[in-house]
Amino acid sequence: MIGLVVVSHSAKAAEGIADVAAQMGGGSARIVPAGGEDGGIGTSPDTIREAIEEADDGDGVVVLVDLGSAVMNTELAIEMATDVNASIADAPILEGTLNAAVETTSKKATLQSVVERAEEAREYRKLN
Amino acid sequence: MADVDTQREAVLDALDNVAERLTAEKSYLTDLDSAIGDADHGSNMQRGFSKAAEKRDEFADMDPDDIVKTIGTTLISNVGGASGPLYGGSIMFASQELDGGITVETSVAFAEAYLDKVKDRGGAQVGSKTMVDALVPAVHTYKKSIEQDDLPPLEALAKAVDAAERGVQFTTPIKALKGRASFLDWRSVGHQDPGATSTLFIMEELLATAEEYLDGDVERDARAADAVRRDE
Repeated sequence: MIGLVVVSHSAKAAEGIADVAAQMGGGSARIVPAGGEDGGIGTSPDTIREAIEEADDGDGVVVLVDLGSAVMNTELAIEMATDVNASIADAPILEGTLNAAVETTSKKATLQSVVERAEEAREYRKLN
Repeated sequence: MADVDTQREAVLDALDNVAERLTAEKSYLTDLDSAIGDADHGSNMQRGFSKAAEKRDEFADMDPDDIVKTIGTTLISNVGGASGPLYGGSIMFASQELDGGITVETSVAFAEAYLDKVKDRGGAQVGSKTMVDALVPAVHTYKKSIEQDDLPPLEALAKAVDAAERGVQFTTPIKALKGRASFLDWRSVGHQDPGATSTLFIMEELLATAEEYLDGDVERDARAADAVRRDE
């Protein structure tokens, strides 16, 4: 199963988004939060790398990110986690994680399909 | 080319000089960052380079390129924020260019690789109000001074440092397009970029170290010299 990692500057935000998405994934999705830095606000490549390795069962990992250093530190973490096939989804972090969680539970899910499904969340409108 | 022991000593002295400088400038960099960022650039850079400098014993038998690579990975783990990947990740990447030792040629290749990685990772261009505004003029000036003008390396480095300084000054009157400061939009105008500033400080310490090892007397203020030429 494709694993998911949620990278936010806030550990609470990452955990909360993972919780909401886990519910959408029917409890079977593999979602690991990787938020915060040294107990404060920020992102850490080492924390993200550990989360990527934890989320991987051999099928690969899609990473959802918030802003700025979250993107750069995730790129670095993916370069460091050489044993894991991982990609960043360019999507809003909450909506993208929900979409991705649902897709990972599909038997046909691939790294590519999970990324695409997450990125569809860019089109969401909240008011009609 | 200097022997490997001399190269190692030069790298370690440069590291010590940078760590000391960033410790001395910690509150200044943090003040700059508090105006347009999250007020942690001084402490982050000081912590990262000090951690690297503490590894001096571990570096005793390593080749210069491996030392530089380890400095990069130490920064990645200890600097934090976007500066960890931008400074540490780029040093780690560029260290490959020093594989055959530190020479004039590999120093140019290192500088170019470092600049390329910073631009690639951060997505900033000249005029984005980032460290790229100091790095691009510095690296371009260094390369041109070596490869086209055939200047001695110390003189080329001095010109590069002056170019970086002008780049730092350029960051003040422009609006941030990348990084945390870009969220401030027009409010970022009028503030000097902390990343460009720490880049200049690091380069000044590399120049100071090079002056010790290359035993040269260098005209630091190429900028003033240029200005004089323009007036003629």
